[in-house]
Amino acid sequence: MSNNDALLVAPDVLSRVLARGRSTGADFSEVFVEDKRSTSAGLDDGKIEQVSSGRDRGAGIRVVKGDTTGFAHTSDLTEKGLLAAAEAAAVAASRGGGGVNSVTLGAVVRHPVNTIEKWPDEVTKREKVALLQRVDAAARGVHKAIVQVSAGYGDSRKRILIANSEGVLAADEQVRTLLRVSVVATGDGGMQTGYQSLGHTIGFEVFDQNDVEELAIAAARQAVTKLSARPAPSGSLPVVIKHGSGGVLFHEACGHGLEADIISKGASVYKDKKGELVASPLVTLIDDGTMTAEWGAIGIDDEGHPSQRNVLIQDGVLTDYMWDYLRARNEGRRQSGNGRRQSYQHLPMVRMTNTFVLNGPHDPAAIVRDTKNGVYVAKLGGGQVDTASGDFVFGMTEAYLIENGEITEPLRDGNLIGNGPQVLKDIDLLGNDFAMGNPGTCGKDGQGVPVGDGQPTLRVKSLTIGGTAT
Amino acid sequence: MNVEVPELQAIADRIVAQAKPGEQVEAYVGRGGETSVRVYEGELEHFVSAQSDGVGIRIIKDGRTGTAYAGTLDVAAIAEVLAEARDNVQFGTQDEFAGLATPDGVEPVPQKFWDDDLANYATEGKVDLTKDLERRALAADSRVRTESANYDDGWDESAFATTSGIRTSGRSNSCYVSVVTLADDGDETQTGFGFSVGDSPKDFNLDKAAREAADRATRLLGATKPATKRTTIVLDPYVTSQFISILSSAFNGENVSKGRSIFAERLGEQVAVPFFTLVDDPTNKLAYTATDIDGEGLAARRNVLIKDGVLQMFVHSSYSARRMKTASTGNATRGGFAGAPGVGCLAMQVAPGSKSQAELIADIDDGVLIQEVSGLHSGVNPISGDFSTGASGMTIVNGAVGAPIREFTIGSTLQRMLQDIVAIGNDIDWLPMRAVGLSLVINDVTISGS
Repeated sequence: MSNNDALLVAPDVLSRVLARGRSTGADFSEVFVEDKRSTSAGLDDGKIEQVSSGRDRGAGIRVVKGDTTGFAHTSDLTEKGLLAAAEAAAVAASRGGGGVNSVTLGAVVRHPVNTIEKWPDEVTKREKVALLQRVDAAARGVHKAIVQVSAGYGDSRKRILIANSEGVLAADEQVRTLLRVSVVATGDGGMQTGYQSLGHTIGFEVFDQNDVEELAIAAARQAVTKLSARPAPSGSLPVVIKHGSGGVLFHEACGHGLEADIISKGASVYKDKKGELVASPLVTLIDDGTMTAEWGAIGIDDEGHPSQRNVLIQDGVLTDYMWDYLRARNEGRRQSGNGRRQSYQHLPMVRMTNTFVLNGPHDPAAIVRDTKNGVYVAKLGGGQVDTASGDFVFGMTEAYLIENGEITEPLRDGNLIGNGPQVLKDIDLLGNDFAMGNPGTCGKDGQGVPVGDGQPTLRVKSLTIGGTAT
Repeated sequence: MNVEVPELQAIADRIVAQAKPGEQVEAYVGRGGETSVRVYEGELEHFVSAQSDGVGIRIIKDGRTGTAYAGTLDVAAIAEVLAEARDNVQFGTQDEFAGLATPDGVEPVPQKFWDDDLANYATEGKVDLTKDLERRALAADSRVRTESANYDDGWDESAFATTSGIRTSGRSNSCYVSVVTLADDGDETQTGFGFSVGDSPKDFNLDKAAREAADRATRLLGATKPATKRTTIVLDPYVTSQFISILSSAFNGENVSKGRSIFAERLGEQVAVPFFTLVDDPTNKLAYTATDIDGEGLAARRNVLIKDGVLQMFVHSSYSARRMKTASTGNATRGGFAGAPGVGCLAMQVAPGSKSQAELIADIDDGVLIQEVSGLHSGVNPISGDFSTGASGMTIVNGAVGAPIREFTIGSTLQRMLQDIVAIGNDIDWLPMRAVGLSLVINDVTISGS
């Protein structure tokens, strides 16, 4: 896998395409080639509804002249197709003269962070479908109140190749394997739902390492538990977030606001805050694309830069933002391995990978015990942030009341709302039980990319709970 | 899809002609292009010009379904897709209701989906009007900066064929502009946006888009967090549209038949206040999501979902219809060639009331005007009906709009909200979303703040 024969497009073709990209005087050109094969299977209402196969293959060509980026993509990977796209991108970026007629590429850079044992395309579809049937049976076995189970399996094997006019030539092979289960339970008070997912950047061995029945049972129990849930409180209360369930809080409360493209447009509350205390001194926040097997792990980013571990907040102090090629170039600094894109049909931008908070000093049981009245969130859903004001929301899909230091009654679903900088400072207890959370898809400017998150059990001394009980 | 695309239709026909005995085959062939212009501080930030194409094939045999797609129209790749779909069939569970739609004799309502002005519009003009939009947003208020001004257009051609006798092709194009603004006051920054859609750039109202973007960003400057209370809310048309769209899942016949709808078992019951009528009408050309055919190639049609508060029907694809022993209502949905058909409402419209938003507000002593919501995907559970979203807006005091408020949530349940509607506005706004916008007044909603 380390010779040029394995590349999706030959280096001499890439050189000519890159030169064509700069033929109108542009100062940068880039080819991103992708070949992705995917399989998915869905089970609902006890039946395998369908197995589906997909193939996405093409190239995106980016040309930059000054502050202007031109972009075109094509599903035609022949030299003719690539040259036509390069020309379109070049025209898009510029109407000027000048030009470059040769680009010399360096040796191929590979930076694998995962070892794949069972390539998903070498596992039979029958084995994949069987997982779903096991999930269905396990979830339905939990309680007679379970009335519906739907489960999905998905895998993908994506080869990417990036070359640019600065001589970068880099390749990666990215595997993702995912299982998700949704459960509906019904009772006197109506229907309730449970959801669990498992996703890693390794192959089918993920199911040797994780118990799919356990996943199904957890989803089913969540739904059944919520049948007796009462409306969540309204107003502001202390909130304890269980380890491995609340990384999305940091993703929204500050992650997006630390992306250099948002910073450069002055659209983040964290602009000009480098070196300042922006969080509780308990908080050290990392973004790490090298984290083996985690959902946001990548060997190289989608601009050909090796993934790396970046410290964003150290002991509460903002240490750095996340960078892609363009923003780093403008600031005359190194990029940080955060240039990502949904597919060859999209422009790269600054994105998170695996974003998490390191362990703190506190005993997680004591965190609950020391909270007189509040809310314990055992599972979070998605979230959304306005990076300019810092206001963000995130959903709770499994939560309980804390009364006199004990976890008591289950609560119905709802959103929590807070302001990022305030919430970071309000983290007053941080556990020593770090765990990564569930696979997520982060949406930004119409593009979705896989991300991971994680944190130890923690307490925010005041958050606004979007319930209806007063 | 009233303009035929013979070239793509021929590809779809050729795929379907390869059906083996006992196989039902459906082919969806698509091709499209986009232009995307982004301007920042008077300069072109990016210009994207791209085309893509692909094919999706669904095969059903002995009640088992398999699908496959590829993002190319390469002949060898199409053969591979057909082979993959066929291979995938054997792993499906036999389902007596599985199958393709069959022609039902309902004629599509002709509409215009293609605009030659847009197709021929010069690139230079697209860049210029984007710059113009940014200038207008900046001119609207001295506190306003921009994050980006955007022009986007797309065209799409598709053809569809089945062994059950459905054959249709067509093309469409559309365009819109948008501007994202920031307003500063001391340390505080708030965000706004404005947009305009049209059949061609000639239809754009750049002034309105610029003014709304400036207004959205500046109106929240100095906003405070409100106290927690139960109150009356007025949903701005933009928010109502999002609220109504969530209900689509409850009318979805597949969800109903699988026990995942709050409306299951409630046909004929009073699910909303008696002056609430909701239709799904993709044949109305004013609707942004208007269409002439659904995701299975059947004619799209007008369906009355709730009449005078009473639940009338569910919407169906051919699959959900067979499960519930009824006929398709032309509500199959499809996300391009890569996706299998689902079920959903296509263009939802609440019947308007008689008052303007100002008149509705004049009737309220104490309430909140909700101008934006966030976290609809994370805090609303359409199966349990729990509704909780982040919100921002204005207080309403003694019949008039008061001070800006933010960082709070609104909470209720979908079931209750439909019963707690007290008035509907006449301010219909055909927003670029699945449901039309208008002002909606709802009682007894919890505002959660400090």
